[in-house]
Amino acid sequence: MDPEVLIDYFPRYAEAFLLTVRLGFTGIFIAFVLGIVSAFFMHFKVPVLSQFFGGYIEVFRNTPLLVQLFFIYFGLPKIGIATSAEVCGAIGLGLLGGSYMAEGFRSGLDAVSVSQTESALALGMTGGQIFFNVIFPEAFTLSVPAIVANVIFLLKETSIFSAISLMDLMFTAKDLIGLYYNTTEALFLLVVFYIVMLIPVSVAGNLIERKVRYKMFGA
Amino acid sequence: MDEILNINNLTKAYDDINVLDHVNLTVKKGEVVVIVGPSGCGKSTLLRCINSFEPIREGKVILDGETINPCKGKLNEVRERIGMVFQNYELFPHKTVLQNMILAPVKVKKIKKKEAEKEALALLDRVGLSGKKNSYPRQLSGGQKQRVAIVRALMMNPEILLLDEITAALDPEMVREVLDVVINLAKEGRTMVIVTHEMAFARAVADRMVFIDGGRIVEEGTPDDFFENPKTERLRKFLDSFSYQ
Ligand SMILES: Nc1ncnc2c1ncn2[C@@H]1O[C@H](COP(=O)(O)OP(=O)(O)OP(=O)(O)O)[C@@H](O)[C@H]1O
Ligand SMILES: [Mg+2]
Repeated sequence: MDPEVLIDYFPRYAEAFLLTVRLGFTGIFIAFVLGIVSAFFMHFKVPVLSQFFGGYIEVFRNTPLLVQLFFIYFGLPKIGIATSAEVCGAIGLGLLGGSYMAEGFRSGLDAVSVSQTESALALGMTGGQIFFNVIFPEAFTLSVPAIVANVIFLLKETSIFSAISLMDLMFTAKDLIGLYYNTTEALFLLVVFYIVMLIPVSVAGNLIERKVRYKMFGA
Repeated sequence: MDEILNINNLTKAYDDINVLDHVNLTVKKGEVVVIVGPSGCGKSTLLRCINSFEPIREGKVILDGETINPCKGKLNEVRERIGMVFQNYELFPHKTVLQNMILAPVKVKKIKKKEAEKEALALLDRVGLSGKKNSYPRQLSGGQKQRVAIVRALMMNPEILLLDEITAALDPEMVREVLDVVINLAKEGRTMVIVTHEMAFARAVADRMVFIDGGRIVEEGTPDDFFENPKTERLRKFLDSFSYQ
């Protein structure tokens, strides 16, 4: 491995890293919101909305991100919606992630027993007070392991962004290899940057998991 | 004594089968009514009808002059006035003892957190649990959890307290500590409707005993009459099932 090549390539990777992180976390944020909303409607079996989000979850869980991105990236302009590749990437990741997050949150909601709601009702609490103070925190605690796993999964899925010509880490590596044939250096940096992105997330995930679960389950 | 609760001709059906059949029961302020009866006779259902967890087919439940089932007003405001403690405690597992106790007073009654905490600590002290105020439910024994559940209900200052087999899930050595709390509440003049299988406790705590069988009130009376001179064969048989002579 040639250190000079590494130094040479570094700025391009750093730029791609920032793009990947930005789109990755934007997508994950969308996934979070979408996941919570769908899980809410599914769990409480809200008519129409639960069917709508149920359909959404099935479609996006059962198709590859690559296909979803193509649909968004090439499909939207066809129906007259012009967007950038970046927006498409974040939305695509958000939609895929939302379907996974929804399942995670929903299994948490379903695991909170009805009698918890009843005991809160018996104290005179309203539906909203119960959802935000009792059901959601309990469900969230139960869902945390699934959610952390989803976040890491989604960050890794960003490697598909290169397919819609986003200059993410994967794109940069392929591009540099194609141009200069320094395969070892290019792949080495690719791995390093993915690890730099994912290890802190993984560590933070473990900490959050332990902190949140401590209340209900102990160390 | 004033009448606080009036159950009038209440009929409750599941799948068209009456599990409560024209039940009439009144409870006076400060009175402790203990309900006993065989498993499946409708005791829990009756308590659940009182705070409108169950819709009823016929009749009504009246709390202090106001019909609360069927309920025309806001259910949460009615339930605020009725305390209920369940067999399985149902503490909130993600909240400490203190947080469990102040949640409803702060959110529902809009009491200041500091004040609610002060009140909670006083109550915890009375049931011997002030040392556990920062514990999570998982760190408590069954008996401790149930005592917390009782004082959590008391935090709302309910006009009437409903207790449904609150010792049924406990190990025998923990039953006493929970029932002692209830006995003290009775001495303070709390109005309570209690469902239990603990006959000695029932006799000690009750002002009036009620025997339900097959969804009907079969017999009621003072504890002494009820246990010494049961009038019906069904009650006699039921009481006999608790002795080993
Ligand atoms: N949700 C329900 N759907 C249908 N039937 C029910 C339901 N809940 C209770 N029942 C029936 O209603 C009857 C009364 O039940 P309930 O739970 O009130 O009895 P219980 O006296 O409290 O019994 P236990 O002493 O075992 O607690 C029973 O026959 C039961 O099977
Ligand atoms: Mg019962």
